[in-house]
Amino acid sequence: MATTTVEGAAPAHEHAEELDFYKASRGIKSWLLTLDHKRIGLMYLAGVLLAFFAAGVIAIIFRAELMTPQIDLLAPAVGEGSATIGRELYNKLFTLHGAMMVFVFIIPAIPAALGNFLLPLMLGAKDVAFPRLNLLSFYVWLTGTLILILAILAGQLDTGWTFYTPYSTSTHGAAPVVLAVTGAFVLGFSSILTGLNFVVTVHKMRAPGLTWNRMPLMIWALYSTAVIQVLATPVLAITLLLLLFENAFNVGIFNPAMGGDPVLFQHFFWFYSHPAVYIMILPGFGIISEIIAIHSRKHIFGYKAIALSSVSIAVISFLVWGHHMFVSGQSEFASALFSFLTFAVAVPTAIKVFSWVATLYKGSISFNTPMLYGLIFIFTFSIGGLTGLHLGTLSTDVHFHDSYFVVAHFHYVMMGGTVIAFIGGLHHWFPKMFGKMYNENHGRIGALLVFLGFNLTFFSQFVLGAQGMPRRYAEYDPEFQGWHVASSIGSFILAAGLLWTLIYLLMALKNGKKATANPWGGASLEWATSSPPIAHNFHDTPHVDSDPYNFPEIDHTMKTGHH
Amino acid sequence: MSTAVDAGQHAEAGHGHDAHPAYLQHHFDNPQQQEGAAKLGMWLFLGTELLMFSGLFLAYFYMRSQYPEMVHEYHEYLNKWMGALNTLFLITSSLTMALAVRSAQVGKAKLSGRLLLVTIAFGLAFMVVKYLEYSAKFEHGLLPGDAFAEHVAGGVQAGWYGGPQLFFGIYFIMTGLHGVHVLIGIGLLVWIYVKTQRGAFSGNYYTPVENVGLYWHLVDLIWIFLFPLLYLVK
Ligand SMILES: [Cu+2]
Repeated sequence: MATTTVEGAAPAHEHAEELDFYKASRGIKSWLLTLDHKRIGLMYLAGVLLAFFAAGVIAIIFRAELMTPQIDLLAPAVGEGSATIGRELYNKLFTLHGAMMVFVFIIPAIPAALGNFLLPLMLGAKDVAFPRLNLLSFYVWLTGTLILILAILAGQLDTGWTFYTPYSTSTHGAAPVVLAVTGAFVLGFSSILTGLNFVVTVHKMRAPGLTWNRMPLMIWALYSTAVIQVLATPVLAITLLLLLFENAFNVGIFNPAMGGDPVLFQHFFWFYSHPAVYIMILPGFGIISEIIAIHSRKHIFGYKAIALSSVSIAVISFLVWGHHMFVSGQSEFASALFSFLTFAVAVPTAIKVFSWVATLYKGSISFNTPMLYGLIFIFTFSIGGLTGLHLGTLSTDVHFHDSYFVVAHFHYVMMGGTVIAFIGGLHHWFPKMFGKMYNENHGRIGALLVFLGFNLTFFSQFVLGAQGMPRRYAEYDPEFQGWHVASSIGSFILAAGLLWTLIYLLMALKNGKKATANPWGGASLEWATSSPPIAHNFHDTPHVDSDPYNFPEIDHTMKTGHH
Repeated sequence: MSTAVDAGQHAEAGHGHDAHPAYLQHHFDNPQQQEGAAKLGMWLFLGTELLMFSGLFLAYFYMRSQYPEMVHEYHEYLNKWMGALNTLFLITSSLTMALAVRSAQVGKAKLSGRLLLVTIAFGLAFMVVKYLEYSAKFEHGLLPGDAFAEHVAGGVQAGWYGGPQLFFGIYFIMTGLHGVHVLIGIGLLVWIYVKTQRGAFSGNYYTPVENVGLYWHLVDLIWIFLFPLLYLVK
């Protein structure tokens, strides 16, 4: 803060009459029709947390089923064909889990919930560029989610979240697939609206003096994410539209029996869904950059390298989709090329990891809850990233393909990466968002439980996958049981840790100590306003004359050595 | 807001001391910022539209490269003259749209309103021709997928594998999605027309007219690709 002049901000006595954004207007309508990015962010937050909870409960149910090799928990106790009922239920559950987690939870979790709250604050703006579009994106998201849930209630949706053809155009009558695909289609539009809004906001709404090179890395990450959202999601929209059309009229464009090509669908689907992986993880990178720098009281190492690696990941992410199709029959040349490009993504990603570690080096690290999640992220995400190379390698992928190894890999990236970053960010900005502090010790216990539970759950799945356990099966050979039980127990510990976290955060909302404007001593603009912020964020437009990692206590004679 | 900087920019915009003109939304500092944001947003949106249609073009080229004879044979069932007429309608409407934007920029709201009406009329004419074309297709069973009536191939069983139902599937989804865009465009034009009549725009503020104009040009542009690809296969 010392190096960021914020004219007229903070001194509460001067503006004692201005209420924070919770108190600025009252009543349910003032929330449902709000144009305030902070309120929209919080509504998103409530929504995505509910989705996370629901999809998490589903995961716990099928992990419990997987404790034993045979189908038992999900099957009715008696009756003919009870095992079949159980198996079908299992297929439904994992489809739900995947579709909800991906489309309803992870994609909007960081950008639309935390990002919405933070982006204008960090830019020193009063709001996003298009507040009405922002509210619209929330209701579009809500509509898409409801349609998806309707699809679940409508019946047998068991295609997996990828909706591969021709199965998705021929299974169990079209209704549930059509509904689910419509839901995903609508959710895609919500994502496009958020992305478009954020790109314009970053370009046009920066406070005076906030040049591109002074933007917090969280902004760079959100910006890169938004660019992918804008460029990739339209392709998903058209893919899903074609799939709907296919279901309604049986056109045959994806149907080999009619001269169409299911691999074409896969190209379409992954052209979106690989970049979508970066829509999910890039904002996480942003959070980690903030957490690591602020809580180790050191200027971030390699600011430009981290910022530009986000952008280059965004670019390369459009060129690697074929690595999901190594065994689909695409040409060997294409596979080799996609494999090579996939390795290329590892370079900017590793630049980030090394920069974080270098930032920690000789820093003054506080082992508080956000920092613990930052460290967990570096650990688990590195495992997730490196095992991605196993899958990007053609020869090993043939063995690991469609096995638990893949499941473990993307959970290490998505859960061990994005979700851990999301929880870390939630703690980091909790004082800003709610004006309350949570109990540090409770936070540390939660982080420990999550860390242990997570690794037990998914490391076991690496082993299972390497041993040949295929994914998406309700039953398995008894030899796999040991690791399955370990994984299930891990998932219960993980669930306990997450529940614990939810409870103490809710308690903090009620009884937590009042937070100061800048409890961590951050130097970016969101810390320059009150906690919680006033309705228009800042009393006066802030002016920025330094970068966001120039903490007051940094020894500036040392700093030149970093660059 | 820091007054020193902002006052200067307002003066530049020709608003003198009027710090917040009625059209300026509260979260923007000055009209330039608002206009810049709206324009960038519109261009991004047009980008998403292009990317969305690009998926359909890819599907089209896939079908055409796999089954060139089938596409060539069945494109003859589309009415070239109606397609050409519609092309003419849209190109002319793009011209009147451009003129409407220009009139708005120089503050001739009345002229701008009239030109918008002409543009709307061309858009409606396009939809009428589209309706005639579609009803002819429905009548003859030239439809996508299962709805395709097999008798059209002159009694010869065309066969499902790479058959004409594929061509008409692509035809309907491409022209259908485009038609939806034309309808949305007409809706936007009506909205802009009503606002123009109410005197919402002036030589200082006309961004919505410009943005709707951009959208309308995009709709036109897509049709200019659709027409030769579907109607004039060589
Ligand atoms: Cu991928």
